[in-house]
Amino acid sequence: MSVPKFWREIPHKYRLVGSRCRSCGAIYHPRRPICPRCGSRDMEDVKLSHRGRLLAFTVIRRAPSDMADLRPYVVGLIELEDGVKVLSQVVDCDPAELKPGLELEATLRRIRVHGPAGVIEYGYKFRPVIKWEAEAGEGQ
Amino acid sequence: MKPIAAILGVGCTKVGEHWERSLLDLAIEACEKALEDAGNPPVRALYVGNAASELMNEQGNISALLADALALDGVKAVEVRAGDASGSLAIHQACLDASFSRGQEGAILVCGVEKMTDVMAPEVARIQMLFEDSRSTFHSGVTIYGLCALLTSLYMSTYGVSYEDIVLLAVNDHKNAANNPYAQYPFPITVETVLSSPLVADPIRLFDTAGIGDGAAAIVLKGPEGARSSSDTPVAVLASEVATDKVNICEREDLLALRSLRLAAGKALGRAGVGLDRLSFIELHNTTSVIGILSLEALGLAEPGKGVDLLKEGAVAIGGRWPVNTMGGLKGRGHPWGATGVYQVVEAVWQLRGEAGKNQVDGAEIGLTSNMCGLGSISCVHVLARWEVMA
Amino acid sequence: MKPIRPVGIVGYGGYVPAYRIKASEIGRMWGNDGCALPIIEKAVAGPDEDMTTIAYEAARYALQRAGIDPHEIGAVFIGSESKPYAVKPSGTIVAEALGIGSQLLAADYEFACKAGTEAFQTCIGLVSSGMAKYAMAIGADTAQGKPADELEYTAASGGAAFVFGLKSDETVAYVEGSCSYTTDTADFWRRAGQPYPAHFGRFTGKPAYFRHVITAARMLMEELGLGPEDFDWAVFHQPNAKFPIKAAKMLGIPTEKLEPGLLVRYIGNTYSGSSPLGLAATLDVARPGDRILMVSYGSGAGSDAFSFIVQDAIEEKRPLAPPIRAFIARKKYVDYASYARFRGKLLR
Repeated sequence: MSVPKFWREIPHKYRLVGSRCRSCGAIYHPRRPICPRCGSRDMEDVKLSHRGRLLAFTVIRRAPSDMADLRPYVVGLIELEDGVKVLSQVVDCDPAELKPGLELEATLRRIRVHGPAGVIEYGYKFRPVIKWEAEAGEGQ
Repeated sequence: MKPIAAILGVGCTKVGEHWERSLLDLAIEACEKALEDAGNPPVRALYVGNAASELMNEQGNISALLADALALDGVKAVEVRAGDASGSLAIHQACLDASFSRGQEGAILVCGVEKMTDVMAPEVARIQMLFEDSRSTFHSGVTIYGLCALLTSLYMSTYGVSYEDIVLLAVNDHKNAANNPYAQYPFPITVETVLSSPLVADPIRLFDTAGIGDGAAAIVLKGPEGARSSSDTPVAVLASEVATDKVNICEREDLLALRSLRLAAGKALGRAGVGLDRLSFIELHNTTSVIGILSLEALGLAEPGKGVDLLKEGAVAIGGRWPVNTMGGLKGRGHPWGATGVYQVVEAVWQLRGEAGKNQVDGAEIGLTSNMCGLGSISCVHVLARWEVMA
Repeated sequence: MKPIRPVGIVGYGGYVPAYRIKASEIGRMWGNDGCALPIIEKAVAGPDEDMTTIAYEAARYALQRAGIDPHEIGAVFIGSESKPYAVKPSGTIVAEALGIGSQLLAADYEFACKAGTEAFQTCIGLVSSGMAKYAMAIGADTAQGKPADELEYTAASGGAAFVFGLKSDETVAYVEGSCSYTTDTADFWRRAGQPYPAHFGRFTGKPAYFRHVITAARMLMEELGLGPEDFDWAVFHQPNAKFPIKAAKMLGIPTEKLEPGLLVRYIGNTYSGSSPLGLAATLDVARPGDRILMVSYGSGAGSDAFSFIVQDAIEEKRPLAPPIRAFIARKKYVDYASYARFRGKLLR
């Protein structure tokens, strides 16, 4: 486990920071130094929307060695409100509750834990949007 | 129709769990078989395709190691790495070498090798994801079969196709593997076998996935000139082309289009000067069935969403219009990553020399092999032909 | 203690994990069928949650209601007794994830179950003195209860966060006053390196919880010249359902005034998150002008008492984030085996 590698990726993993091309407006996640659409090098950091909708999902039952503790877990292909697509675990739900189009929101969770003495990697995961009904007298 | 190289000999090990044998043991067996098949010509260069020897076998720099082990004293040795496309890319580099060094004495040996059982399955799953863009995939915990599952779901919902129909490709592979003595899974299965096997990544089931196996395959090639005098049965390499796509599948405009394969195949068929109608058989890359079906569509054999029709109509069976994975493909023969691209060419050579036994495609003249890394971040296509076809 | 310049809550938020285990399921596991149970069910953090992720959740909702530029926050303090790291602050992770700038003071506090309200007082001091424009206090825990111990029925996960700023039209409630009462009373403790806390049973009652809570509350009322009847709502630390109700009775506060913030029956004892979550749930229903009494309790031992006056901005800011009841309603039951797996109680 490389701490510097994880540390470099903090903006991307904690806050969903991507790149926006100042020339053509295209948005990318993870960040890119060169816009593949227009070739521009004029890229700026942009925090992506933390909301999106589920396009497709799967349940990982045979997991990579470093994720085995969490299995089975759901991985979704998610389209953010900005139009950017990301892959993420979808948590706090049963696969039976999921269907394409479902609204999801990003949260911060443990990604990997490197033994009892190593660092804890945090990063974004998604969950179904928490909804509530306003009670009488509330503005909602 | 002008060849870029001539294949003089081929050889391979059986794909499987070779507990007693090392990476090097397997590579040596394949190389010696290929050299013997080629009439033991002097070798001037060795190309090795391998995906993950450092991570799985605690050994790097394996081209020099293999040259040394084969007693190819002082020979040029090059290692080629591109995940599970390593084997075909090693052949591609060897073809470039052959055309660049025309007139040089000696043949070029290409070996694809992978020794996977030195690590356990969850570690294989982790290592396989190192060939994707780790920033976009790694922390989601998605596996290669998870990515295939997402594509399978999208394919099913976009085109209204059932999983039962998709896995017909796995059934096809196993049927062909049953007659391949080198196959890892040489037995037939049914759609029911797939559907009753454990879920790996919903909806993908175990019998829809290429297994974990050790294997090595090798070919001997040289420049096209004088091929006839070097061998009684040379096979012509008409084209060897490579193309790439967005590594992060999330960024692909159409997730169901294997763009790198479409580009590489277009270039290869153009270079070879042959149309799809001339192909006698196709060796496809099918980590899971959906990748094979998307490959059929990327090659232009079927419209998007219609790839399964070729399976249902029997067009991909031996005796059909475009026999696919005639010796078992990734599913039946097995998928030792860096060796797979070389196995495909070895099997194509058997077909073109008329040595494919019970699976011989009648009158096979021109074959196409397609090998890719992961979900097509890089694709490599070869078009091969019987030497006589060019006359 | 009254701040020199008046300070208020600019935004608040709470979070309770989705998973629940029924107290009866824990009772079934340990052969305690049919016995009186201290609560109905408790919140269980998921397998990829910890105190830091819970603090993040609460803090993001607090920021959502605050509606301020996160870079204007000058301090993040987290009170907890379940820090994922013994050495390495949790606040840095929360601050980084929320895009709070690096001109920042961050520290983790520990004082058993009252570490969160200590963070309140530090924030109030920093803001009132002008050393920070805004300061964030978080109380959160993934509370530990030793398997089969009576604490296991209640030790739960959750947290709440509060952004403090100078009193203005933007504050949803302001601090009327606060005071603390602290003695050396070891009713409950956890030694360094130990995974579970220990306690001295009923000693945690009269000389510990009640003595500190009641004394701190009376000190505050005396200082502010108020009586129990002046408070519209009251929130006490909630190790179980009995203690806060009894404390209210002793102070002469009717049980109805506890109801909105009395969450322990449905989520358990969230330790450092307990009274802050109760305050958040009370703000979810309070009206402008209401006066709220809040008294925390931390073993070891001490209590922090606060009086808050709710302001007009509550009506506008309340709907900007989910109320605590939304988290209480969002629940998935797990059995003891899953609970043991989620909370790392299985040896491997």
